[in-house]
Amino acid sequence: MAYHSGYGAHGSKHRARAAPEPPPLFDDTSGGYPSQPGGYPAPGAEVAFNVNHLLGDPMANVAMAYGSSIASHGKDMVHKELHRFVSVNKLKYFFAVDTAYVAKKLGLLVFPYTHQNWEVQYSRDVPLPPRQDLNAPDLYIPTMAFITYVLLAGMALGIQKRFSPEVLGLCASTALVWIVMEVLALLLGIYLATVRSDLSTFHLLAYSGYKYVGMILSVLTGLVFGSDGYYVALAWTSSALMYFIVRSLRTAALGPDNMGGPAPRQQLHLYLTLGAAAFQPLIIYWLTFHLVR
Amino acid sequence: MTFTLYSLLQASLLCLNATALLHEERYLKNIGWGTDQGIGGFGEKPGIKSQLMNLIRSVRTVVRMPLIIVKSIAIVLLLLFG
Repeated sequence: MAYHSGYGAHGSKHRARAAPEPPPLFDDTSGGYPSQPGGYPAPGAEVAFNVNHLLGDPMANVAMAYGSSIASHGKDMVHKELHRFVSVNKLKYFFAVDTAYVAKKLGLLVFPYTHQNWEVQYSRDVPLPPRQDLNAPDLYIPTMAFITYVLLAGMALGIQKRFSPEVLGLCASTALVWIVMEVLALLLGIYLATVRSDLSTFHLLAYSGYKYVGMILSVLTGLVFGSDGYYVALAWTSSALMYFIVRSLRTAALGPDNMGGPAPRQQLHLYLTLGAAAFQPLIIYWLTFHLVR
Repeated sequence: MTFTLYSLLQASLLCLNATALLHEERYLKNIGWGTDQGIGGFGEKPGIKSQLMNLIRSVRTVVRMPLIIVKSIAIVLLLLFG
């Protein structure tokens, strides 16, 4: 966390010369660490000198200094490679949540019918982070819900006396593969229908990941109330999720230009959104029915 | 239907391979999906069919070289490990 803040502060110093920087998503907790790149070898050398006094064994100290320099070098390399594939700043936007947002979003996922304004708010062309805008998608809820789903699946299988440690991994990878396929299908649909929107891959990942909340609720109700409770919860969460997805994707896909374009394009948008929404109950049923027998 | 990440990799390799195999002259032209047919004018909306043709052509161009490498690695690994 401090490394990220250090890098973020360093990067924002560079950016401040070129353009006004967006407000920071996280507080800067890099109080104890130097924020220049030249400061990096110095703490390693200081540690080596201090430990030299403590241990009194020169070989171990040399090895420790060498190891720490290798570790920091490896960390730099990993950061560089990661920055090439995944834009960490864009990813940070999706995790800038707080407790109030999470609570309200969970309530919205279960009961979206009374929510009026579904548009994502912008401030100076930059979308507001989830902390300040309820409609912004986030990746925190899907990640936590995925992990909770895997643990809950293990528990449900344990109750049915069908548990073994491989099952957890199998369940996790199955759910992950379905998510990947759904995101790829959505990307393909958006490309083919030439929808002009600012829906990036992470947005689609977030919207696909919200179904885990419905899955968890269905499985919990099924465990507590039996098979009938499972089907009731499945119907409720499926319809709530379908409504949520249709409203969110329609405002997100049509967002910047509200004219909508020619009629066949609008039809394609509609089919894409309805297809994405109709897929949710199927996959919720498919991934949970074997847990509630 | 339980998936593993390995089966996802296998499926994606097979699908990419299938897309890369579609030969322009022998096959796509016969069903009217060649890239020199039907691009049309510079209207604002390209339409699904031309988008799909573009996608197939770009996938074929990009994927051809790395696919050879990945397939040979897969062949060697499958021969060794079954």
